[in-house]
Amino acid sequence: MFVIGIKKSGEYYDSVTLMLASRDLLETEGVDDAAIVMGTEENLQLLKGSGLLTEEMSGAGDTDLLIAVKAADEKLARETAGRAEEILRESKRKRAEAGAHLPRSLEGAVKMMPDANLVVISVAGRWAGDVARDALKRGLHVMLFSDNVPIETEKELKELGREKGLLVMGPDCGTAIINGAPLCFANVVERGEIGIVAASGTGLQEVSSVIGNRGGGISQAIGTGGRDVKDSIGGIMFLEGIKALAADEKTRVIVLVSKPPDAGVIDKTAAAIKEIDKPVVAILIGGDPVVLKEAGAHPADDLEQAGLIAVALARGEDPDGFREELSRRAEEIRKTAKAEATKMKDGQVHLRGLFSGGTLCDETQLLCRETIGPVYSPAPIDPAYKLDDIWKSRENTVVDLGEDEFTVGRPHPMIDFSLRKKRIVEEAADPSVAVILLDVVLGYGSHPSPGEELAPAIAEARKRAAKEGRHLTVACSITGTALDPQDREKVNRELAEAGAVVMPTNAAASLLAVEIVKIRRGGE
Amino acid sequence: MILNGLFEQELKVVNIGLDSFQQALEQAGFTAVQVNWSPPAGGDEDVMAALKKLGL
Repeated sequence: MFVIGIKKSGEYYDSVTLMLASRDLLETEGVDDAAIVMGTEENLQLLKGSGLLTEEMSGAGDTDLLIAVKAADEKLARETAGRAEEILRESKRKRAEAGAHLPRSLEGAVKMMPDANLVVISVAGRWAGDVARDALKRGLHVMLFSDNVPIETEKELKELGREKGLLVMGPDCGTAIINGAPLCFANVVERGEIGIVAASGTGLQEVSSVIGNRGGGISQAIGTGGRDVKDSIGGIMFLEGIKALAADEKTRVIVLVSKPPDAGVIDKTAAAIKEIDKPVVAILIGGDPVVLKEAGAHPADDLEQAGLIAVALARGEDPDGFREELSRRAEEIRKTAKAEATKMKDGQVHLRGLFSGGTLCDETQLLCRETIGPVYSPAPIDPAYKLDDIWKSRENTVVDLGEDEFTVGRPHPMIDFSLRKKRIVEEAADPSVAVILLDVVLGYGSHPSPGEELAPAIAEARKRAAKEGRHLTVACSITGTALDPQDREKVNRELAEAGAVVMPTNAAASLLAVEIVKIRRGGE
Repeated sequence: MILNGLFEQELKVVNIGLDSFQQALEQAGFTAVQVNWSPPAGGDEDVMAALKKLGL
């Protein structure tokens, strides 16, 4: 293998252009790995981790473009790198043509649309803060998709937003639904009476999809970004979001979704809940909801339950009414697990979870911990289970392929399935693997046809295992609704035809996976 | 008034960054204007710091 690195000073490209160009290179026969990125400190670390950092890149800074190609031989590496430069030049030309009639600044856009009320910002983190501040000063609500915004900037922006009565969703806010509009990565759900405040992106998507699929509707779904519920930010937007939904006449039930907030924020949230005369449902992934329960909230065990409780409350039904239905389904899942496990060969005992949604990955880790014990992960709940090499699973492993270390120079795994497809086939080659667990997230922003993308890899993985006499279960969950652009039913069918066992939610698919592991370990 | 009346207004979005977010909103039937954004001073941090100092 030969690695070539090129540094081009002072050439700026946005991350999507770079990702698309990287993807183009990765599809070249004989090219093992490739990345085109700006030379930020973070990217340099990531290139180093992937073995793509070369001497030519030394001293690179934020405004330097870096091209790295790892190929079978030097000639191919050089040719491919040369092609990268061509692709980028061409995209710059096309963009200049397409963008000629567009405003070049927020000021210009507001002149064009004086009644604009919300700005979605997804520029690189080091500029996102300035753009957001400008928006707030103009009286516009903000959704900050960008990450890598300094925490002090986040606090300053959120304090300014609170003072002016403006939303500051994010930084690192991937999804929201405001006035029925799906923002960034969001599912299409009918409008209704349930309002959500979420400090977790895929958590919000899963809960809103469950609500939609159950026939419920969303009034507003406000994202805050994960750091909002930490003491450093103090839950500013989480609390403002609760306040807004409490006062909103169209919202009858409020759902709170978050990874465990810091203690100070939990207390403030509990105090806010006590003031509200609407039912509140809380799902704190991995956290103890006792304080919120004492404050009067309905605690949920997982994301699916949070959605089901909310729909029942909005209809004035018994919030525990779904439990019998879920326990019947759990019985069905156990039967399926048994049928799958019976076909397996000695030694097939492990689970491999390959996720695109961070919160879904967390949810699975938690279920595993309670049932089959801690699992290995690049971001484990139990630090002793940190995966040494993120590219190689061991025993029971779950990975979130949307984590930064996997996405250097690549689009997010909800958009680009190449990494996940490769890894599915790799995991299948391991004779100790009994079940591969996947999440498929639909909605705006995600890949337009995930079923078509994943099906060949699932079929290939199962075929390879079968060649060696193994039956491999691939358990898939789908996060999304029938109204999403991808068509949930079609995706379901494509995955099932490839041999996957498709489950309606991550909680259900994870249960199937752990039940299989339990049976295969024997004695359970 | 909650959030300056946001929930009562028609949502009108300015999108700065990934243009697919603007396209998705239009596809879903909402109004969104795309900004053809590029980093200030072509991304050069020193020039940017100087411009900020000058109040530009």
